[in-house]
Amino acid sequence: MSRENTEQYFGHDHLTVIEPVKGWRMLDWRELWAYRQLLWVLTARDVKVRYKQTVLGAAWAVLRPLTTMLIFSVVFGRLAKMPSDGIPYPIFVYAALLPWTFFAAAITSSGQSLVGSSHLVSKVYFPRLIIPLSSIGAGLVDLLVSSVILVLMMSWYQVGLSWNLLAAPLLIAGVVFTALGIGTLLSALTVAYRDFTHVTPFMVQIWMYVTPVIFPISLVPERWQWLLYLNPMTGIVEGFRSVFLGRPFDLVGLGMSFAVSVLLFVIGVAYFERVERRFADVI
Amino acid sequence: MSRPAIKVEGVWKEYTVGAAHPRHSTFYDLLSHGLMAPFRRLRGAGVDATSGDRFQALRDVSFEVRPGEVLGVVGRNGAGKSTLLKVLSRITAPSRGRVSLRGRVASLLEVGTGFHPELSGRENIHLNATILGMGKAEIARKFDQIVAFSGIERFLDTPVKRYSSGMYVRLAFAVAAHVEADILLIDEVLAVGDAEFQKRCLGMMGEVARDGRTVVFVSHNLTAMRNLCSEGLLLSNGRVDASGSIDEVLRQYAFNAAGHTGAVVDIDEAYPEKIAALRRVAVVPQGGAGGDSLSVSAPFQISTCIEVRAEHVDLGVFVSCLDASQNCVFSSASFFNAKLNGARLTAGLHEFHCSVPAHLLNTGDYTLDVVLIRNRSEIVLTESAVVSFHIEDAPTGIDGWHWPIQGIVRPQLGWTKSKISSPRAAFQTGVTPVATSSTPKSPGASS
Repeated sequence: MSRENTEQYFGHDHLTVIEPVKGWRMLDWRELWAYRQLLWVLTARDVKVRYKQTVLGAAWAVLRPLTTMLIFSVVFGRLAKMPSDGIPYPIFVYAALLPWTFFAAAITSSGQSLVGSSHLVSKVYFPRLIIPLSSIGAGLVDLLVSSVILVLMMSWYQVGLSWNLLAAPLLIAGVVFTALGIGTLLSALTVAYRDFTHVTPFMVQIWMYVTPVIFPISLVPERWQWLLYLNPMTGIVEGFRSVFLGRPFDLVGLGMSFAVSVLLFVIGVAYFERVERRFADVI
Repeated sequence: MSRPAIKVEGVWKEYTVGAAHPRHSTFYDLLSHGLMAPFRRLRGAGVDATSGDRFQALRDVSFEVRPGEVLGVVGRNGAGKSTLLKVLSRITAPSRGRVSLRGRVASLLEVGTGFHPELSGRENIHLNATILGMGKAEIARKFDQIVAFSGIERFLDTPVKRYSSGMYVRLAFAVAAHVEADILLIDEVLAVGDAEFQKRCLGMMGEVARDGRTVVFVSHNLTAMRNLCSEGLLLSNGRVDASGSIDEVLRQYAFNAAGHTGAVVDIDEAYPEKIAALRRVAVVPQGGAGGDSLSVSAPFQISTCIEVRAEHVDLGVFVSCLDASQNCVFSSASFFNAKLNGARLTAGLHEFHCSVPAHLLNTGDYTLDVVLIRNRSEIVLTESAVVSFHIEDAPTGIDGWHWPIQGIVRPQLGWTKSKISSPRAAFQTGVTPVATSSTPKSPGASS
């Protein structure tokens, strides 16, 4: 199958037809698949370059969420006495910081990715979607590395050993999917409107406070909780806590967050595809 | 008759003027524009204020390239050559029309696309090759060839940011040279690097052309074009001006260029306090082998018109010709000519003509300084860079020679040869023997 597919896009009999693009069009999944090696190579490039010429190297992947966790534990856990549903505050906040740190880094870097790759976009053809996609991969490595700390904390605090852990890959896939949709949308918007270079970091900052990262969702009155779940990251963060802290899943909330996530993904990719062919003229 | 490898049908490419600024460059513009739209319509403004002027980079371009043909695209700067290549390589979409490409396409619009300075040479080969569309197995198969071609074996694991610019370009070109494609789109890749490197690139181009691959090649190097390409396409102002055999197209190009390159400049500054003023300067071709264009093979004339405001003035015109790097290529004065030396001018307008022979200037851009001198010593007026002109390349017509002829000047020099019996007999006729210090390798040479 894959051979045949690659042959279709790179083969010696392949007929490429170039025509003006008008309006909305479907994402060409098969073309994207044919270019998967490029996706892989660009992701590998970002991973390799990320910690080149740094003394601490990949330790930075661990240090950043770890430091944030320590500060939050002191400020919110100790000083502000933030409730944490009876779970030790450090592990409570770290379980949420893992997906959040990944998400924040992923949408920031993919938002900038197209503008940062203008030298590629204006010189060679490939499905442009590969650029925001590949910029997310490097953060994924960080996510996996920093989850080692979470496992250590689980054994230290003696919490979280449950069957829920089996759902971890699903939740990780969920956060990647959410970041993809929003990152793709932001990257396309940033090409046309450089305002988003300034909007994105600010938006990420605000977004964290409408996501139950430093506070438990139980702090919000129950009849308003659904509003919070309209934020796709609420479902992800609560899901991570359920997985790693052994708490029951709020399936309705999760479902709602996931639905919003899918909607954003569709909008993101559709908008991206609509403006894709204009990038080289505008970038 | 085989199916065309490239078929372009009625392609237009339209930009809004100031393409660097899209219609709404900031979100605020978009919002304010969107909010104001209904009011504009109410006032019946008609034309959308932001739609601006449209600029057609390509206008109804149609042509076909058969498999194995090498098409050279020529045209002045801004004629649409690069836009055409961008449309063919799918970087930008056409506004109208249709292009079909049969086979695997590789576009080499620059060397080293996607190179990352932090990565090693080895990693960059993989990265760049993948970007150019090579598969994993293909890269593995050609890796050694690429390394050998680039000649950077020792530095394969050094980050490319530590490379010299020459090494960088060699590595980048080595990857590009090994792309396997049915259709190659190449833009001025040869413009980079030193003369030695350009030779290698052109050599590789020649090989590709003989390989039976379809190539679309954009360059200003007309000599290379004539030797590498079989077909030509002349663009001017986005339209196809001529197409057919490369010789025909280049002839047409030279003919068109003639209308633009003769330069005439009127000077308005009168300098009433001076004894004389420069009124008009022209650089015009004088026919010859190059036809009516300012080209390497055509003589040209520098004409100056001066206004003299007194009787019996010993006034001369001095011109110096500077190349693009501000080197003075030659200078001359009217009084260098014995007939004009000491000539006294009457009040009124006078014109001076200075003839420049063919095969003096190389191809390139030049400017002219004009100085009016009284009594051969006193400067009356200096006009710097008063006129600029371009000398077109003239094909050498030598089969197999693809390279630009280097040098500030491009004289036609005399060459002779004769057969001799021994090295001692060398240079006996016509030339005074010169002591040589070369090592005595051949048996006949002893000291």
